[in-house]
Amino acid sequence: MFTLQILVDGFAISALYGLGAIGFTLIFGVSGVLNLAHGGIMVVSGVAAWAVAGDLHAGPYLGALAGVAAGVLTAFATYGLVVRPIQRSRAIPRDETEIFVLTGTLLWGIMLQVAIAYLFSDNPVTVQPLIGGVVQVFGVRTPRNELLIAVISWVSIGLLWLLVNRTRAGRTLLAASINPRALTLLGFELSRIYLLVWAIYGVLAALAGVLLASFLGTSSANIGQLTASAFSIVVLGGLGSVSGSLIAAYVVGYLETITAYTVSPTLRTIPALLLLVLVVYLRPQGLLGRR
Amino acid sequence: MSQSSRARPARRFTQHLALGLCVAAPIAASQARAAEPIRIAVIAENSAIGGIAITNGAQLAADQLNAAGGVGGRKIEIITYDDHNSATDAVRAFQRAATQDHAVAVIGSYMSEVALALEPWAARLHMPFITPGASSNEITRRIHADYAHFKYSFHGYFTSSEIAQASCDFAHDILVPQFGVHTSVVMSEDAAWTTPLDATYLECLPKAGIKVLDHIRFSPDTTDFTPIFNRIESLHPDIITTGISHVGVQPTVQWASQQVPIAMTGISSQATTTTFWRDTNGAAQGVILQEDAAPDVATTAKTIPFAEAYLKRFGVSPGYAGYTAADDVNIIALAVQAAGSTDADKLVSAMEKTDYVGTIGRIGFYGKDDPFTHGLIYGAGFATGLMVQWQDGKQVAVWPKAVANGTLKFPAFIKLPQMHAAN
Repeated sequence: MFTLQILVDGFAISALYGLGAIGFTLIFGVSGVLNLAHGGIMVVSGVAAWAVAGDLHAGPYLGALAGVAAGVLTAFATYGLVVRPIQRSRAIPRDETEIFVLTGTLLWGIMLQVAIAYLFSDNPVTVQPLIGGVVQVFGVRTPRNELLIAVISWVSIGLLWLLVNRTRAGRTLLAASINPRALTLLGFELSRIYLLVWAIYGVLAALAGVLLASFLGTSSANIGQLTASAFSIVVLGGLGSVSGSLIAAYVVGYLETITAYTVSPTLRTIPALLLLVLVVYLRPQGLLGRR
Repeated sequence: MSQSSRARPARRFTQHLALGLCVAAPIAASQARAAEPIRIAVIAENSAIGGIAITNGAQLAADQLNAAGGVGGRKIEIITYDDHNSATDAVRAFQRAATQDHAVAVIGSYMSEVALALEPWAARLHMPFITPGASSNEITRRIHADYAHFKYSFHGYFTSSEIAQASCDFAHDILVPQFGVHTSVVMSEDAAWTTPLDATYLECLPKAGIKVLDHIRFSPDTTDFTPIFNRIESLHPDIITTGISHVGVQPTVQWASQQVPIAMTGISSQATTTTFWRDTNGAAQGVILQEDAAPDVATTAKTIPFAEAYLKRFGVSPGYAGYTAADDVNIIALAVQAAGSTDADKLVSAMEKTDYVGTIGRIGFYGKDDPFTHGLIYGAGFATGLMVQWQDGKQVAVWPKAVANGTLKFPAFIKLPQMHAAN
């Protein structure tokens, strides 16, 4: 029973971790950007969904849609106001662009955190679940919403796989992640590809933000932790590797759940961080990384 | 006309002028002093529901006092500082309030860690300081241990031991006899205020007839409470006795969404304001918590009018520290009036003699010889707080009997030994 409980609880949280992390890794793979405002985008989506569903009495579905829209807009704002100006700046030496993007997105994330705390307070809020009630899964009482979160996460991941592997736009993204220079020589406009990848990233991060807010709640105070969690998963799986991130999400998700159940909920993140240190030391490219 | 006769009116004029100046100068000075506002500094975390309640509660109380003419013709001016929940920021604000902004007293923080950091500065700078929301017993213990040094600090909220005792008294009076409750698990966040809280729980729950099956302390950073609830459920207690303030929304929402069949009762600070219902999307239904005052409960004649004015102005009900911050502004104003001065030692002396009926009840402070020196007097005839339960978006008072305006009702998923109160 105890093992089953860990299996069921770990599955949903890992799926959510995976959804949150694949956008993060995708954007690094395609455009080389490590977006440290990632947690900010997730929290903006969650808080927007909560505000629209609750304050405007729009209901959980419209609320969730509004949350995703707010997340996508924030992702575009991150790209348009922070990343792109830094990448285009002539004042910044080319080999220092990445560190400037890193710093810029980190500061942007802090701005988002302060803005959300100012407008909505830093008290946690929860998004109305899309469905209520509980069901027994292998004898474990599980909220229906938790199962729905796992399903939505996996469907979204599946759709991303189809997009990348079965569509022309997706294959262009893949090519951009392997050799962007060759792609420009073939006449592709890289800026349009970047816009597409930021749009996909925005949807994935926003969806993860809304689902997380309906599962565990969300708060501006969580922004740093959410970014760190996605960063750990992506480094563990290998920067730029979508499948590596998914495997890492499940490794981290289950490691945390096992620790929380068998040792202490307070120490849940420690073993995953130790594993991360070990991986960085023994296999710096991560589980399935290319760089 | 001789020179002397010509000089006389001039001399007389000079004499009159000097006399006039001698009389007018003190009058002008006293008028200037009368016009000078009484500055009260308020230090709180303004982005938190609990923190902003302090700032708003104090401002509303000051505005009400000023509308009634102020204190001896002097207006109360509230100077606010955001401490961002940081002891360092709070100490800086305290220093600025004392040295630059010339505050006569400081009302500060709902965090025990922050209040404990401010206490030594109140002693060093001889600045009367009162905390409207922190609850650690250490605040009053320090004053008792070194009165001469720490006498400038006052504890304007109940101590952790007192709020734990209120929960136990409620359990003894209602949960045990009416619902057959005999076992509990204590679930508290790891913080300065919960150490004495839990110690009192572990002592007073058995005395109330409730066996404590386990005592769980968890990090305030915890976001997933599923393993904690599973562990509790495996022990089959009748109730969960809570000690939560930094967390609140997440455990409550997860308790409801996972339909944990055990009632939650105790301290849940975030649940003291009406936004909690909104923040949890109604998952708070059935949660029982200790409060110093509630919006619809006439603890005193001042409670409901204050809560209504606060709700009208700020759109939410005052959190627990909103009531006490308002009372603290009045206590300081009365002390200034009684002392006839803003001198720190005279103010402290006047505050020690406080006998004021505020929004949370009759307020007085324990004396120098009591172990809880400068803590709120708790018990019959004074403020005791109340236990409320969230029912359909409202906080319904269920204890003590004198102020109760409803009875306990639990969500369908809650299982208690006796499900219906034996009235």
